[in-house]
Amino acid sequence: MAVRDLSLPDRDALRLPRLLADQLRSRPFFVIAAMVSLTFLFAAVFAPWVAPYAPDFQDSNALMAPPSAAHWCGTDSFGQDLLSRVIYGTRYVFLIGFSSVAIGAVGGLAIGLAAGLTRGAVEWGLMRFVDAILALPSLIMAIAFISILGPGVDKVIYAVGFAMIGPFARTVRADVLQVRAQAFVEAAGLMGVDRLRIIWRHILPNVIFPLAVQATIRIAEAILVSSALSFLGLGVVPPAPDWGLMISEGRAFISIVPWISGVPGAALALLLIALSIVGDGVREQFDPKMRTNR
Amino acid sequence: MLRWALAKILQTAAVLLIVSVASFSLLKLAPGDPVELMLGDDYSKESHQSLMIQLGLDRPLPEQYVDWLARFVRGDWGTSFVSRTPIFQYAFVEALPVTLTLSAAALGLALLIGIPLGVLSAVRKDSAWDAAAAAVSLTGSAFPSFYLGILLIWIFGVAFGLFPTMGFVAPWSDFWAGAYHLVLPAITLSTPFMALIVRITRANLVEVLEQPYIAAARARGEPAWRITWVHGMRNVLMPLVTIVGLQLGALLHGAVLTETVFSLPGVGRMITDAVLNREYMVVQAGVMMTGCLVIFTNLAVDLSYPVLDPRLRPR
Repeated sequence: MAVRDLSLPDRDALRLPRLLADQLRSRPFFVIAAMVSLTFLFAAVFAPWVAPYAPDFQDSNALMAPPSAAHWCGTDSFGQDLLSRVIYGTRYVFLIGFSSVAIGAVGGLAIGLAAGLTRGAVEWGLMRFVDAILALPSLIMAIAFISILGPGVDKVIYAVGFAMIGPFARTVRADVLQVRAQAFVEAAGLMGVDRLRIIWRHILPNVIFPLAVQATIRIAEAILVSSALSFLGLGVVPPAPDWGLMISEGRAFISIVPWISGVPGAALALLLIALSIVGDGVREQFDPKMRTNR
Repeated sequence: MLRWALAKILQTAAVLLIVSVASFSLLKLAPGDPVELMLGDDYSKESHQSLMIQLGLDRPLPEQYVDWLARFVRGDWGTSFVSRTPIFQYAFVEALPVTLTLSAAALGLALLIGIPLGVLSAVRKDSAWDAAAAAVSLTGSAFPSFYLGILLIWIFGVAFGLFPTMGFVAPWSDFWAGAYHLVLPAITLSTPFMALIVRITRANLVEVLEQPYIAAARARGEPAWRITWVHGMRNVLMPLVTIVGLQLGALLHGAVLTETVFSLPGVGRMITDAVLNREYMVVQAGVMMTGCLVIFTNLAVDLSYPVLDPRLRPR
């Protein structure tokens, strides 16, 4: 593959349209996917201004109405505008996605650091703990947490977040082991630098960055698991405009009004595909292992 | 070799122990009083007390745990409040075979279609076909499976009426009816795996085909199919086995959703219904069952490495 030029771009290239055009030429899918993801994010932030109706506004003259000028994406069985609900739903999607990944990353960082820095029985025990978390598929684990916590947006965030600790912990530990073996860490140790200081100044900065890359990649997974929970009826509670919930509500009407499930489902599929392309791009950019075998 | 295998088995035992403690705590952390749940609204203090003693809930937690684990291993998983049947019968004898059948069908389909597609992509690297396969596999791996299931129901079940959209017929009692009912669920569940298998096969085969031994085989004038399928694929098998083995968890994850979409009476549906009905003992059984399944498969994958690849035999 082409070696990416890491020197500073000249002033001309710093102008946004030019930069965008350059990127668009070299990796078109990544740019398009990033723009799609940003559009969803924009919709989430500015939902009240972007959405044509309130998410719970019921138009009793238009129950299960097909797409029209008044309701671009049609309405559901309560006469609620699907486009508006999908737009408001992005708020739940991103709130749950970001928060649960944050919980998973912080928990994974703590356990991964501990497992990577200790030796012997403690390390062995911690790794078995991580193995045990990984033994349960994330959705089943999230369901188990929900069964204790109960339904609701905050509960979904905790359940999905806890379920993601395992994978994060495993990658953090691998990174810690790699950094710990480096000469500069050994040198610091030989120079008598305090152990906590070595962790803080030398190990942590080298672990945080790959963790951030991991986090971007896993947002799509968090969104998928949380909407699956809502789809199963175990997550966000109605009448919230959650996509998973909307898809599940439309299932009963699939043969007569396919758009009730179709619209939120298409939004979810589009966002997940876009996020996974963005994730792949980010990983390719920053993971040296990935860069060589392209 | 034996020491290495023993260490692996010891690790597995430790993981099983942690999963079992977690499953046990699930029941203890669950909201509500299990005795109240069993007795209903109307009960006396004495009957509450006697049932507590009868269930052993008055004893210290570690003792309860050991007792629970011993009963679990013997197949005594308690009785479901809702269906009034033993949970072992419900979960292990009835639900698990449904999930395993669905998973096996999906995995088989994914391998059957994914491997040839991946090989074709690798052989015709950078062709239009390769780009199309990459785009399709990316879409397939990111697409939410429950939505895919609904789309398939809508297109093939409702609009064209080609396949049944719900229910399960055991293939071991009526193979063709069973297979017919499994078509849509198996496609739904297999899509992300097919995408993954295409990617893994392509990436590994591309690398393998650049090896000198392949060039040597070409120089000897061996036919192209032999070079790809015999010499090349032999070295792709290892990563493929690893991925397929490690993806069992993801397969079960997808099965939960697929079973709900197509109303199949499997483990996933069982766990979901149990959470909705607050039947924590059934949730616990489901968690234990999936945990054990994944853990034992991982162990089998680990132990199979030295058998598959002599270079990996520990000294």
